[in-house]
Parts: sequence; structure tokens; C-alpha cells
Amino acid sequence: MTAFAITRELSWQRRFVLSVAGIAAFFGVWWAAAASGLVAPQFLPTPLAVLEKFVALTQTTFVGYTLQQHLASSFGRFALGFGLAAAIGVPLGLLMGWFRGLDAIVSPLFDALRFVAPIAWVPFAALWFGTGIGGPVLVIFSGSFPPCVINAYRGARYVEPRFVEAAQTLGASHWRIITEVLLPASVPSIVAGLRVSAGLGWQSLVGAELIVASSGIGYLLVRGQANISTAIVMSGMIAIGIVGFAIDALLRRMERYISRRRGL
Amino acid sequence: MTRSHERRPVWGGVVTFVVLAVAWYMLTTLTNTIGSGRFSSPAETWDALRQIAFAGYADARLAEHILHSVKLVLLGFAAAAIVGVPLGLAMGASRGFEAFLNPTFLLIRPIPPLAWIPLAIVWLGLGDAAKVLIIWFAAFVPAVINSYSGVRSIEPYLIEAARMLGVPRAMLMREVLIPGALPMIFTGLRLSLQACWTTLVAGELIGAIAGLGHVLYQASLDIFPAMIVVGMGSVAVTAAVMTVGLSWIERRAIPWRQA
Repeated sequence: MTAFAITRELSWQRRFVLSVAGIAAFFGVWWAAAASGLVAPQFLPTPLAVLEKFVALTQTTFVGYTLQQHLASSFGRFALGFGLAAAIGVPLGLLMGWFRGLDAIVSPLFDALRFVAPIAWVPFAALWFGTGIGGPVLVIFSGSFPPCVINAYRGARYVEPRFVEAAQTLGASHWRIITEVLLPASVPSIVAGLRVSAGLGWQSLVGAELIVASSGIGYLLVRGQANISTAIVMSGMIAIGIVGFAIDALLRRMERYISRRRGL
Repeated sequence: MTRSHERRPVWGGVVTFVVLAVAWYMLTTLTNTIGSGRFSSPAETWDALRQIAFAGYADARLAEHILHSVKLVLLGFAAAAIVGVPLGLAMGASRGFEAFLNPTFLLIRPIPPLAWIPLAIVWLGLGDAAKVLIIWFAAFVPAVINSYSGVRSIEPYLIEAARMLGVPRAMLMREVLIPGALPMIFTGLRLSLQACWTTLVAGELIGAIAGLGHVLYQASLDIFPAMIVVGMGSVAVTAAVMTVGLSWIERRAIPWRQA
């Protein structure tokens, strides 16, 4: 009987009870480990202490800024890097999908560079653009650029040939084919790419700020680590998780909205 | 119609790299448009490569740095696969177990692996243990989630048919669930290998005694662009070799599936 459970949904009551029990167990084990005194509180604070720290960080400044201000400066860098990646990557992908010559020239280079982890750009980012805003932006850019290009390219390559042929028969120029046939047809693929790209960009931002930055949420983590305050580090991690989740949720809504409008 | 099935001409790649190499040589060596403090010339890069390969840089030779990094990645990655895949399979096989564990994963999942680095350092210091912990973490969540969705993606009638034929639970796992989930498990492992590598490089950039990230860190302290280029190249080549290696294993493990 039990194995049929694989294919059968649980009733929502059972599901709810088990979910609550699971979360309770997670926090329970955490709390028990912290409260038992086996681990020093500066290494493992109780969940409540982390929550208190989190609230305190939003009200008082730590290394010069409150939590919201750190998040705001991080988000500004992220928006700039991600915006640049989308603004350059999507048109490049579409052009590569249309012009075979460009594809033949850019793709090998792109394939070679893709294996360089975004974080490995940190030394050059710091050397070329400094640690203020330019350095982190380059790192975010290198993280979010590839999915923008790849998805726009795929979208443009797999457009129904009929549409392209119809446009060509009617004498459309390259420009009109790209903007009025390839772009609209690739929108679902592009938005899916943007979602991946935003996720990678946000991760790269955290990495970049851990190494080269003098403000921002990653910097808060580093300073918390230097002060051996696990509560601060965990508060920062929670904030990173919340913002990352919010960015993803926003783009997912956009994705769903677009596919609904297209009747997919 | 044939457009999307044509192969890219090989000349494109060759031309690109030749043009790029010529431009690199011209800009750095002939015209000196890009100063050597910003980017290295081909000759400087070659010298840096020879230096790290034979004399050593940042306390070790290139091969030792690569070996150190790869060892940590494989250790953390293997540990994550060994714990994560069975856990994911169990979550796939039992709805109750899934309902119990999944919410916790949903809570932890949005925190990127890189954000665990400071915590790992607070807990375990700057040594190898902290690196293995974050690599383990980077690979663990994708391993669990993909194994679990792999089981869920199996057509229900396959499982029901097996049950109807009276297949015992262990055999169901071995003959139906694991083979059915394997393609997705490997997709997850491939993604997480990439994540592991990025995480390790970041971890080593923040603090380490050896490894490719440490080379990058030392080179940026010394403002030594040639060595940064060599370090980035080594990071890329190593990542490429590991990815190829995993696809080779994948083809062996799932011979029935055409990649």
C-alpha cells in the first residue's frame, strides 16, 4: 500500500501538519543545539537571538549603515550590472541568431569565456574599476551576461521558419525581421533567461562584495565574520535570501504573465 | 528550415582567435595602448605561466595549486552527492517525507552558496574544512532537489505497473525509481559542479593557503596582471575538464539516453 503513496497526493491536512512539523523540527534542533550550551552563543546563537539581531540591524547602524542601506547599495549595484547584461546580452543574442557570420565569430569566444567563473573576474574588476561600484558591477555583469545571450540566441534560432520566410517574402529588412519577428517570438525564452541571469547576478554580487566592496550586504557579512558574530552573519544571509527570493518571484510573475497573455 | 540544423563553420572560431591574438599583441606590445599595469602582454603572460609552472608562485607550483583546488571540489562534491542523492530519492519515494523536509529546503534554498562562506569561516576558520563545507553545501541542495524531481518526473503508470506486478520496495527503487531519476540527477550534478567550482574560487579568494583562488588573490595583491590572466585561464581550463569528465561518466551511467 505504501508505495502507491508515490503517485498519490497527500490530503492537504496531512501535508500541512507534516510541513509544520518539519519546520518545527528544523528550528527545534537549531534551538536545542544553541540553548544546550555545547556551542558558544557567538558561534551558534538561538533562532530568537538571530531574529533580534536582524531587527536591531534595521534600526542601528553596523559598519556605517543600517541593514536597509547596505541592501540598497547592493541592490543598486545589482540593478546596474544586471541591467547592462540584459541591455547588451539580449540584442547580441538576437543578432547572433540572425546573422550567421556574427554567430560564427562570437560563439567560440563566448564558449571559451563561459568557463571562467564570474568570481574569477574579481582581481581584474578591482584593478580596472576599483572597489566602489565599478568592480562589483563587472563581476555581476560577467555572471548575468551568458544566460541573456544564450536565451535570446536560442529564441531567435528556433522561431518558426514560416514566420521568417513570410517576412522575407514580403520584403522585410534585417532590422524589421529582428525587431518584429525574432524579438516578439523569443520573448518567453528571453524572460526565462533573465530569471536565470538575475539569480546568477545576485549570487555574483554577494561574492564580489565579500571580496571587493566597502559597503553592501556582502560587506556586512565579512565584517560580521571579522567580529565573530554569527548572529550578524546569519541576519545578512537571511536578508540576502529574502531579496534573492523577491527578485526571482518578481521575474517568475512576469514570466507567467507573458505566457498567459500569449495563451500558452 | 535547415537553418537551425546547420553546424557552425569552423573557420569562424579560428578567425576570431587569430584576430584576437593579433589585437592583443598590437595593443599591449606594439602600440602600448594598454599599459602593463592594466593587462599583460602575450610575452609577460607566457613568462608568468612558466614562472608558476616551474618555479612556483604563491607558495606552490601551478600543478599543486590545481591539484589542491580539484581535491577540495571533488571531496565536497562527492560528499554532497552521497548524502544528497539518497535524501532526494527518499523524498521522491515518500510524499510524507517530502512534506516533512521540503519546507525547510524552501527556506534555505534562496541563500546562495557564496553567502555561506563567512559562516563557514566563523565556524571552521580559513583552512580546508571550511572550503569543503561550503562546496558540500553548494552541491547538496541541487543534488537533493534534482533527485527528488527526477523521481517525481517518472510516469506514474510505470510505478503503478511495477506495484501491480508485486515488485518489492527495494526492487522498485533499484529498477524503476533510480534509473528513471538518473537523467535529472546528472543534470543536477552538472549544475552543482559548476556552482562548486565558483564557490571554491570565491572561498580561496577570501582566504586560503593554496589553490587557484589563492593564486588570483596573491596576484591581485601584487598587481601582477599576467599572473591574474594565468590564474583565470587555469580556472577555466580546470572547470572545462571537470565538466567533460562528468559528461563522460553520465554517458556511461545512462547509455540508453541520447545526449
